Amino acid sequence: MPQESEERKKEFRTTVGGSLVKRVYTPEDADPRDGSLPAEHPFTRNIMPAGYRTRLWTMRQYAGFATVEETNERYKFLYKQGQTGFSVAFDLPTQEGYDSDHPLAAGEVGKCGVAIDSLQDMEQLWEGIPLARVSTSMTINATAPMVLAMYIAAAEKQGCAKADLAGTVQNDILKEYIARNTYIFAPAPSMRLLTDLCRYCAQEMPNWNSISISGYHMREAGATAAQEVGFTLANGIAYVEAMIDGGLKVDDFAPRFSFFFAAYTNVLEEAAKFRAARRLWAKIMKDRFGAKNPRSQMLRFHVQTDGFTLTAQQPLNNISRVTLQALAGVLGGCQSLHTNSFDEALALPTEQAVQVALRTQQIIAFESGLADTVDPLGGSYFVESLTNEIEKRASGYIEEIDSIGGALEAIEKGYFQKEILESSYNYQLAVESGEQVVVGVNKFESGDASIPETLEVGAEIEEKQKRRLERLRGSRDNASVTTALEKVREAAQNGKNLMPVLIDATKQYATIGEMSDALRSVFGQYRERGFV
Amino acid sequence: MTDKRIRVLIAKPGLDGHDRGAKVVARGLRDAGMEVVYLGLRLTPEEIAEAAVQEDVDVIGLSCLSGAHMALFPKTVQLVRAEGLNDVLIVGGGIIPQRDIPKLKEAGLAAVFGPGAPIEEIIQFIRSRVKDRTS
Repeated sequence: MPQESEERKKEFRTTVGGSLVKRVYTPEDADPRDGSLPAEHPFTRNIMPAGYRTRLWTMRQYAGFATVEETNERYKFLYKQGQTGFSVAFDLPTQEGYDSDHPLAAGEVGKCGVAIDSLQDMEQLWEGIPLARVSTSMTINATAPMVLAMYIAAAEKQGCAKADLAGTVQNDILKEYIARNTYIFAPAPSMRLLTDLCRYCAQEMPNWNSISISGYHMREAGATAAQEVGFTLANGIAYVEAMIDGGLKVDDFAPRFSFFFAAYTNVLEEAAKFRAARRLWAKIMKDRFGAKNPRSQMLRFHVQTDGFTLTAQQPLNNISRVTLQALAGVLGGCQSLHTNSFDEALALPTEQAVQVALRTQQIIAFESGLADTVDPLGGSYFVESLTNEIEKRASGYIEEIDSIGGALEAIEKGYFQKEILESSYNYQLAVESGEQVVVGVNKFESGDASIPETLEVGAEIEEKQKRRLERLRGSRDNASVTTALEKVREAAQNGKNLMPVLIDATKQYATIGEMSDALRSVFGQYRERGFV
Repeated sequence: MTDKRIRVLIAKPGLDGHDRGAKVVARGLRDAGMEVVYLGLRLTPEEIAEAAVQEDVDVIGLSCLSGAHMALFPKTVQLVRAEGLNDVLIVGGGIIPQRDIPKLKEAGLAAVFGPGAPIEEIIQFIRSRVKDRTS
């Protein structure tokens, strides 16, 4: 009889704080199985009957830097290459409601995205690209209503009606307080802005995703896979409740809700996570909210490979990590995918690094065969078991958040923030003890410190943008701007939907800082209590 | 006095919201027995310098992942020194390209800890440098 061989570790886990992994899985581990086929409730296997056989996922690379001139050039290049899905990265002043000449914007202009101060910038961003023929995803939250207003106005100038626009605004403010931190106002007035936008889209923009409920940033901040699903869906529940409280019926808005998750390197856990999220959301929408339209129950999601796992050490290794992570997204049935570039632990990506990242997706799509059958992992004892376990643990988090009084209350109490800090600290300790191996960082460290060339956005970009803004302030009709901003303040006070007045202000070339200030004068500003 | 607990201020200048690193380091230094004041994010260099005076800290840890470090770190150092805090050790971390590190050191940062730097290394560095000054 062969001797029982000693295993490498006392216990195996998917990731730090993740699921325990057994030596082998058998049919009993996979129970209960829901037995559904793709496109059948609860959509565990896929929301579409034929998955990628009908249409591949959208390869949507998040990009934006410097001023609209540089970014427009990049977009036009991509458009000529056949790309029709854009994903706009805005710089931090744009995201947090400051004009480029605000003291707090110093050093940040055009750094982690493109600087947009006014409609003039938005018009130029899309110069030469027909907005009627592309779809655009915009990573914008606190200032989502202002930026969407600019997008609508820019499209109208091109002759494209807002009803014909296709795209997404992230507009997921709750996770900003938990992880991403680009909030402006306190949670309650922010929810008002968010629901104003969703309601406006439900009525006026049938092809627009009014929200992208995001787990990505919470995962990046340290959440485990199960926390990512539980916390994201808990925020989703808060949004659905807020819309219903506002008098809308669930099937009137829920079909335009979309999601955004991270993909880590543990391929099977991540693929199972996507399956679990799909199943759990379908059940919540049907059982908790009584959604009848299957589209309200379908969790459609974007995936981005995980930035945190990329290493500054031996950066080329990141290409392998991104490949595994992208694989997880595809095996999990994502609708769109962004692959990170290998140099992102060092700086914004260079053109060459972006190209490798895009090619990685193309290799998976056209060479790996993974896109040829729906949910190829379905029926794997291990993956079904992981799917059940993540669903169970995520449900547990949702119950806990419900018992606190919902996502807003849980944010105020610091529940999410403390849970995530705990998980991220445990991860760090596991890396430092060597229990969690990071190749090139705490194992297989080579003396070779080959640092690839990185992109630099120079200080002259900020000066250029400030001069543009100064010229705008000198050339627009400032009396009309003042009147329009007064109407924004009034609407903020009297509870009218803010979208129409913001669109009007935008058309007068009111800036993002001015519109944000008008709202600040009514809503005040939020300051976090640092939970450490 | 060598048994005095080392006081550390952790702060994020600028608009960057990535606070995982800053919080994990804050937690690690606290577990190592240091007193940590976590000042949070979206701060101006002026606010950080003022807090350093009020909190009477030995060390300031700055974190920035948005690429604005060259505009914010040197200015913070300058303002802290202008407050007369010549002995306070100032270190930084974040997404910092290699080419910027010598410039940051020239501007007065004692060290730059990039992604993957173990907390243990940060602790050792602080202990060696702060002890040097007090002994």
